[in-house]
Amino acid sequence: MLKIIGYVIKDLLRNRWTLFYLLFYLLVGFAILIFSGDFSKSTVSFLQIILILTPLIGTLFGVMYYYNSRDFIELLLAQPIRRRDVFIGQWLGVSVSLGTSLVLGLGIPFLWYFAQYEVAGDQFVLLLLLGFALGTIFTGLAMAVSVSTDNKIRGFGYALVLWLLMAVVYDGFLLLALIAFRDYPLEKFALIATVFNPIDLARITILLKLDISALMGYTGAVFREFLGSTTGMILASSVLILWMLLPFALITLIAKKRDF
Amino acid sequence: MVRFIEVCKRFGKLQVLDNVSIDVEKGIRTAILGPNGSGKTTLIKTLLGMVIPDSGDVLFKGESVIGKHKYRREIVYMPQIALFPQNLTVKELLDLIPKLRRQSARYDGLIERFGVNEFMHKKMNALSGGMRQKVNLVLAFMFDVPLIILDEPTNGLDPVAVLELKKLLREEEEKGRTIIFTSHIMDFVQQMADRIVFLLEGVVKFKGTVEEILQETDSSSLEEAVASLILKNQKVKDYA
Ligand SMILES: Nc1ncnc2c1ncn2[C@@H]1O[C@H](COP(=O)(O)OP(=O)(O)O)[C@@H](O)[C@H]1O
Ligand SMILES: [Mg+2]
Repeated sequence: MLKIIGYVIKDLLRNRWTLFYLLFYLLVGFAILIFSGDFSKSTVSFLQIILILTPLIGTLFGVMYYYNSRDFIELLLAQPIRRRDVFIGQWLGVSVSLGTSLVLGLGIPFLWYFAQYEVAGDQFVLLLLLGFALGTIFTGLAMAVSVSTDNKIRGFGYALVLWLLMAVVYDGFLLLALIAFRDYPLEKFALIATVFNPIDLARITILLKLDISALMGYTGAVFREFLGSTTGMILASSVLILWMLLPFALITLIAKKRDF
Repeated sequence: MVRFIEVCKRFGKLQVLDNVSIDVEKGIRTAILGPNGSGKTTLIKTLLGMVIPDSGDVLFKGESVIGKHKYRREIVYMPQIALFPQNLTVKELLDLIPKLRRQSARYDGLIERFGVNEFMHKKMNALSGGMRQKVNLVLAFMFDVPLIILDEPTNGLDPVAVLELKKLLREEEEKGRTIIFTSHIMDFVQQMADRIVFLLEGVVKFKGTVEEILQETDSSSLEEAVASLILKNQKVKDYA
């Protein structure tokens, strides 16, 4: 499996995708720090990038890479390599490449900023870790969707819908539900609902860390109220780590049954 | 060495393999014949674990291959369509596959025989179909393994390369390798195969030696024999 991960990383370096994303994040990172002026504003901008953009990039790239290497996957399947390792290797290779672009691409502007101003750095480390985790989860979900269908368009469609549900629609539904049932005690429901959305989990983790109540929303407030900031954060990030196991299980299961 | 036992496979409504049972003995060259879409590639893929049979079993050296992967150390497969990462050079590809297989390979002699040495540093996507097929052949023969599977190895090859392939197959047979291949070129099959399996719509219609198929169909060439098998089955269908 390590050989496959290594191959994918080299492949993405060779066709310059890794470099492309690195430049992209560098550009975005510097732009935000330079132009947003106020540090707390730029923090919010970074938060949006991490919560919306990294899952989207993971989704698009996971699907694209899978369909582009479909031939090579067949070649790999005919070799003495475990089926699971072929697909998990692809997933991890893509995730590590995208994640490295993210960490370097935003990390370098951060370092540059820290060198000039004295601001707390630990929240940025957390932000990057969360971005890495979200990218990995969504790349994996996108690959699981792709493995399940040979129809590229359909694969793209389903994976994008999944992203849209988690990144945008989910919050709206949750809000509607909360308004509709506002006469009932909904804290537990909100807590449980959050567990099913990795983007929400990441949001709560970082907002508890930053302690920005205005952005925390209902679920964040519930986490803080029920569990306190530290416990809430640890719980939310642990569940997020568990989320990384889901693509692993899905990819393994779907790939096991497929014909190539 | 290989046993297909009552293998069935359907894709959607299409029954692609229907109760296929075949034994392939060690050191024997077996050709799988049949019109396009008769299930040859699918059959081969069940042995490689790429297609999972709905029922039945496939044994390699007496053990079921289903869900396993280590047995593939002893098999090389040359696919019908060249499946390569397009942005690698030929040399990079030839060096990559042994690493992935964790097996040593020797290709110096082979690249000369097929003239692949002339384009070792070209990228795969810059090669013509015939050139790719030659790379495909080098990949298949560069490992020292007991079973070689070739799906349409003559596709797109120039006559010189076909001759070279025939020589190579004879040498491999002398080394005791088992070879399973498919081909549309009946001359090639007649010269290269010890045994023939004829598939029609996923059903084995004939298995035996070249002489046996000629006798059974009362034909003078393999081409004629295969044509008569197809016609006979069409008639059966028409009456049915
Ligand atoms: N993965 C697949 N999904 C659906 N149908 C398939 C798949 N692979 C092959 N088929 C169908 O199965 C039939 C047999 O294909 P194949 O084994 O490639 O035939 P051959 O190699 O004899 O030409 C064809 O009709 C083909 O379209
Ligand atoms: Mg075929």
